[in-house]
Amino acid sequence: MDNFFSFSRWWSIVLKEFLQLRRDRVTFGMIVGIPLIQLALFGYAINTDPKNLPTAVIAADQSEFTRTLVAALQTSGYFVVTEQLRTEEEGRAALAQGRVQFVLNIPVDFTRRLLRGERPALLLEADATDPAATGMALGAINQIAQTVVMRDVTGSLAHLAGKSSPFEVRVHRLYNPENNSQFNTVPGLMGVVLTMTLVLMTGLAMTRERERGTMENLLAMPVRPVEVVTGKIVPYIAIGLIQSSIILLAAWLLFRVPFIGSLFAVYVAALLFIAANLTVGIMLSSVAQNQLQAMQMTMFYFMPNILLSGFMFPFRGMPQWAQAIGNVLPLTYFNRLIRGILLKGNDWIDLWPNLWPIALFTVVMMVIAVKFYRRTLD
Amino acid sequence: MSAEESDNFAIDVRSLNKHFGDKHVVNNVSLQVRRGEIFGFLGPNGSGKTTSIRLMCGLLTPDSGSGTCLGYDIHTESDKIKREVGYMTQKFSYWDDLTIRENLDFVARMYGMPNRRVAVEKTLEDLGLTTRANQLTGTLSGGWKQRLALAACMLHQPRLLLLDEPTAGVDPTARRDFWEELHRLAAQGISVLVSTHYMDEAERCHKLAYIAYGKLLAQGYAADIVAEQGLHTWTIHGEHLTELSDQLRCAPGVDQTVAFGAALHVSGRDATQLEKSVHEIAAARGLRVEPSSTGLEDVFIYIMSRSQDNIGATH
Ligand SMILES: Nc1ncnc2c1ncn2[C@@H]1O[C@H](COP(=O)(O)OP(=O)(O)O)[C@@H](O)[C@H]1O
Ligand SMILES: [Mg+2]
Repeated sequence: MDNFFSFSRWWSIVLKEFLQLRRDRVTFGMIVGIPLIQLALFGYAINTDPKNLPTAVIAADQSEFTRTLVAALQTSGYFVVTEQLRTEEEGRAALAQGRVQFVLNIPVDFTRRLLRGERPALLLEADATDPAATGMALGAINQIAQTVVMRDVTGSLAHLAGKSSPFEVRVHRLYNPENNSQFNTVPGLMGVVLTMTLVLMTGLAMTRERERGTMENLLAMPVRPVEVVTGKIVPYIAIGLIQSSIILLAAWLLFRVPFIGSLFAVYVAALLFIAANLTVGIMLSSVAQNQLQAMQMTMFYFMPNILLSGFMFPFRGMPQWAQAIGNVLPLTYFNRLIRGILLKGNDWIDLWPNLWPIALFTVVMMVIAVKFYRRTLD
Repeated sequence: MSAEESDNFAIDVRSLNKHFGDKHVVNNVSLQVRRGEIFGFLGPNGSGKTTSIRLMCGLLTPDSGSGTCLGYDIHTESDKIKREVGYMTQKFSYWDDLTIRENLDFVARMYGMPNRRVAVEKTLEDLGLTTRANQLTGTLSGGWKQRLALAACMLHQPRLLLLDEPTAGVDPTARRDFWEELHRLAAQGISVLVSTHYMDEAERCHKLAYIAYGKLLAQGYAADIVAEQGLHTWTIHGEHLTELSDQLRCAPGVDQTVAFGAALHVSGRDATQLEKSVHEIAAARGLRVEPSSTGLEDVFIYIMSRSQDNIGATH
């Protein structure tokens, strides 16, 4: 049993890492510095013009006019109807889970009241977590509605043409009604900071041993690869949690981000995400020959994460190929988790679709990392 | 070979080969070290000493060849080998950013020593480092680092020590103390394989092996290695030896000249021719000549140059 895993050997690796970390001022500075710098840099969001946003339609009233309206929404390029739902509850669930960006609610009687000239209202609910993702579409909606009235109505409705706004579109911004882009960016920073620091630091942890020649000593001792690999990452879990807490505190105190969901869920998600990043770091460090290479590989991993995870640009605004890459990055899922918990108050059922991909990623990386850990100097 | 016989060997490896890329770094090396023996491993820089040692303790996998270390197979039982071998790397490989005590404590934990604290404190005391135990290891001088490294690789009471140039850059007094310690350990039955550049250290080993370009060129007792080459040597005392040495090298019977400060060792296999040439040339310049015994250094230089000639000839 001692042959496969010795707790005391593993524990001494953990202790050694903590001792070395305590004396490494630069790393210590990074732990606190990186989240603060990123907060300062990315406190303001970048605006883009995402199109083809998935939209659910609850059509309680079906008429030629509503069909024309829905078709016009699609031709505008901003909306793509991806599902037809029956109830408002279904609509809310689709928004909470992030399946759709909008739910268009056409009430019963809509056409009849329109014909009577009662100026009925359509309800458009938007997931406004990321204002950049919905802003342009919402800006366009009234214009689109107007155009439908001006040009597309024929037959029995023809007399409505030309009249100014025979109906109204009520926009309901969910989750971030004030359209505060910081509400989206600041929680997103948590994943970005964790990715950058943790991958880099674990990447360096192992290559440092190799570069300083201490790896040879470690390999000459009867210590198991899993003891070294897992023992080395424990201190970084603590670091990850500290960083998460710094961001959360800043989000709460400085940026007044709402905390609708449970803090426990936030930390569970963070812990899982930390694990994912540590395995990436260990993976990189067993491939990298020296600390410089580890740094370069970290940057190589970091760039797509920051650009394609939905942190910098709305995920749905990205081209298909970019979304495909984003879909294999754990940060993509973590961004959805953290925003979902803080801004939407997601429960475990809502979170699950974004939790398991990170867990799967972690397991795969860990297996590769332990396999790659070289037991010899070859 | 019988099991009993192999039991007598701390190291017994046969036909080890190792390539790095297309470089044949260890070429068919076979080596036997008996229990309780101090075995010197000599050879110029880059000749494959470090690589050979790493092959023996399982830090590198040989491309071909087989062998045992303390009776354990080097291919399949490197875990067991690691438990009972103390390996001192050529480059200091303890953690600079841990204190001396923390380093020792870490090593003791790695080997799962039951009386860890006692062992660490005793080692600190033996080293005379108790008062500096909380000093960062990186701040130690070279000599102290070397002593610490030796003590650390001895902490788990290994049965075999593999020491890779342990005295490089260490002052003569410290080197002498170090060798006395090695002999004390050998007397207790611990086997030692030590690589070195120093001839005076080679003379203090029970047995020697000389490696160049990855090939073992000689192995055995120092006296046997010297006798095998059949060299005769004369010493000429005087100044301006460079010019003299050029002249001698062209003379019949002279195979090699080696300068040792104000003395020149002149060696050759043909005793009569050598004596004649040496006397003629020395007499012409009025220099003092005396017969001397062929030393290890003369022999190693001779072996080296001959193997170079051989390598040159094959091209
Ligand atoms: N990991 C390695 N990769 C490539 N070449 C190596 C490696 N280790 C050693 N070498 C080469 O193998 C040769 C022998 O090296 P080494 O065993 O360190 O010699 P020594 O210890 O006798 O000085 C040298 O030419 C060295 O450059
Ligand atoms: Mg060497």
